[in-house]
Amino acid sequence: MALSLERIEERLRERFPDAHIEREAGEALRDQPLIVAAAELVGMCTFLRDDPELQFAMLPWMGGVDYLPRVPRFETVYNLLSLANARRVTLKVRIPEDNLRVPSVTSVWPTANWHERETYDFYGIEFTGHPDLTRILLPEDWTGWPLRKDSPLGYEEVAFTHNTPGRTKPSPALRKLAPKRIKYRAQ
Amino acid sequence: MSESPETPRIRTLGTPPAGELVQPRSEQENLEDDVKRGVLFTTLESMLGWAVNQARANSIWPLGFGLACCAIEMMAIAGPRFDVSRFGAEVFRGSPRQADLMIVAGRVSIKMAPVVRQLYEQMPDPKWVIAMGACSSCGGIFNNYAILQGVDKVVPVDVYVPGCPPRPEGLIFGIMKLQEKILASKPELGPVPRRRRKGAA
Amino acid sequence: MTLNMGPQHPSTHGVLRVALELDGETIVRCKPIVGYLHTGMEKQAEYKTYTQSIPQTDRMDYISPMSNNLAFCLAAEKLLGVEPPARVQAIRVLLTELTRISSHAVWMGTHAIDIGALTVFWYCFREREKVLSIYDQVSGARMTASYFRVGGLAMDIPEGFLDRCETFVDEMPAHIDEYESLLTHNPIWLARTRDVAIVSAKDAIAWGMTGPSLRGSGVKYDLRKCEPYSGYETYDFEVPTGVRGDAYDRYQVRVAEMRESTKIAKQAIERIRQLGETGPYRVRDFKYVLPEKDEVKRSMEALIHHFKIVAHGFFPPVGEAYAAVEAPKGELGFYFVSDGSARPWRMKIRSPSFINLQALPLMTEGRLIADVIAAIGSIDIVLGEVDR
Repeated sequence: MALSLERIEERLRERFPDAHIEREAGEALRDQPLIVAAAELVGMCTFLRDDPELQFAMLPWMGGVDYLPRVPRFETVYNLLSLANARRVTLKVRIPEDNLRVPSVTSVWPTANWHERETYDFYGIEFTGHPDLTRILLPEDWTGWPLRKDSPLGYEEVAFTHNTPGRTKPSPALRKLAPKRIKYRAQ
Repeated sequence: MSESPETPRIRTLGTPPAGELVQPRSEQENLEDDVKRGVLFTTLESMLGWAVNQARANSIWPLGFGLACCAIEMMAIAGPRFDVSRFGAEVFRGSPRQADLMIVAGRVSIKMAPVVRQLYEQMPDPKWVIAMGACSSCGGIFNNYAILQGVDKVVPVDVYVPGCPPRPEGLIFGIMKLQEKILASKPELGPVPRRRRKGAA
Repeated sequence: MTLNMGPQHPSTHGVLRVALELDGETIVRCKPIVGYLHTGMEKQAEYKTYTQSIPQTDRMDYISPMSNNLAFCLAAEKLLGVEPPARVQAIRVLLTELTRISSHAVWMGTHAIDIGALTVFWYCFREREKVLSIYDQVSGARMTASYFRVGGLAMDIPEGFLDRCETFVDEMPAHIDEYESLLTHNPIWLARTRDVAIVSAKDAIAWGMTGPSLRGSGVKYDLRKCEPYSGYETYDFEVPTGVRGDAYDRYQVRVAEMRESTKIAKQAIERIRQLGETGPYRVRDFKYVLPEKDEVKRSMEALIHHFKIVAHGFFPPVGEAYAAVEAPKGELGFYFVSDGSARPWRMKIRSPSFINLQALPLMTEGRLIADVIAAIGSIDIVLGEVDR
């Protein structure tokens, strides 16, 4: 019997009756994510993992998204997998820019460690309760949060002849070094 | 997207480094250099020069330094189909202290750049560098905050091999070009004088 | 004593740095430090259209490039709500299984060479060259093929391709037997990989491991069977699992997977022959997918769509989608958030090597240094994927 999303939502609401659980509205939300509040995140995840009907034992991935002009600006997305039911569910937590803190789920799934470090590295979102929240992919002394929408791509202008500063014509003495006829070793 | 003043959206090329551009060495400078290095080395060089160059060219020992996808094509030249043993370069050393060719195979990220420089400095003279692939020649398809736009920003490069990744035959052609360069170069025995720009630090 | 297995090391499969704290030869603490190949692919994808990001995905897990392409295309197709025709799905399955064989061949060659069995490397690369020639024939590039597109393939399969694949797939089991004769009952191999780098099933799930690393621990979860995509539910194959979760079990799982891949590839070739050796290689949905070139030359509507898609890109609906494939290393998935424009708002890559590598301390603490090499090899990591 397949575990449906409605059943998961029903179980969550019955276990956390005062929690804020919302089905996100949108035209092409193919995974039908559930929006939950940061305060209840760890409790809900523990329930989802331990409940014998749901058994969301694995956290395949977790990431952050920056929706810059929108308030709240950031979002962390958690994709949970129940191996027994072969079912996934997506949870989202919305985070405002002035309070960039989310409780860490490393106590529920140890794999979240590096995912949260990566999200911190890219967006600057702090995960409270994380054992070692340091940069993982960028150098430790890098400043800035590269994946935010207001961080630049860091594109470097390509040097062509028309825009290279200080480029002059090569000195005539260099001509002497060029061989009169290129001879390859194979010949 | 707004731009903060410290990190502009496009990194422009900026001003060229200080000091005169390096001019090719004149005969006079070469003679002075030889005098400084002494009679022993210069005599040995003229007697054994050709042989030394042949030895260096025909048994280049590359450093096993594969970074990304180009590394797999580099492994393929060590494989059975494109045998680089024919050119004497099959001995991939693990330690830079024993290698004389650094094939920078793959994209160099900003975290890796100081490591590349350190490895280059750990290699003893004579040493050469082949920038294999588009990413190490010029940044390749990745022109962003994370990738160094060309490994020649940190180490001096002798041969650039284009491609993404270059076919193993392309890399072997690059190694052959390097062999030609070695055969045509001055066979410096003993310490190599480091040339600096006049007026720069 | 603190020992640094630096970014440049013959056995770290790329630029992985592992900081080891040792007590004699025993490892007290092991900390993998990654990021030396960080390429900013996720950021760069926000500045490129979907089709322009496909070559980027090749450079991620560069040993199995077609798997990455497939994951990307499936996620984009899920977002768009299109499904490619059965023939395209069969071609995708065929190429992905050949990719799996070649990826496991490289894994075996490099893992064996780290442990010291040098001969296996040359045997495996000999077979890999055949797969690379097949890639070359079908897409023009040996390794970074970028052959799949959102909605189908870049171009149709050439003449003679199926025969070539069939020859390869028919002779492959004999080669796998060759590799097994070198390693499986080899006492040195057994001593180096038996009971080394053990991960229990519970730990593997808690640490998010997927792919052969998970199946080696006994958990029978394969995305091709449990969450099938691209027509995998219609193919007949088995999912090998291990028992103990040590490096030897992972080795056996991967060798068995190579054999299963030859079976699936054979079935895929039959299916393509049935559906037609030439035929449609893209979905006929001109809003999102390029029309065929001869149609562009004849029909005005096709011309306009072609122009719009090439010059501007296709415009997916506002929304998000996540799709995953069973890559040779594990579950590889792409998560797209679209704001309706031709460029994705966010592309998040779920890369299996990044997550499997997290479990390295679990496997090596309390063991000897030599086991670190065996462990890193047996997880099968590719740094391009770890660092993206």
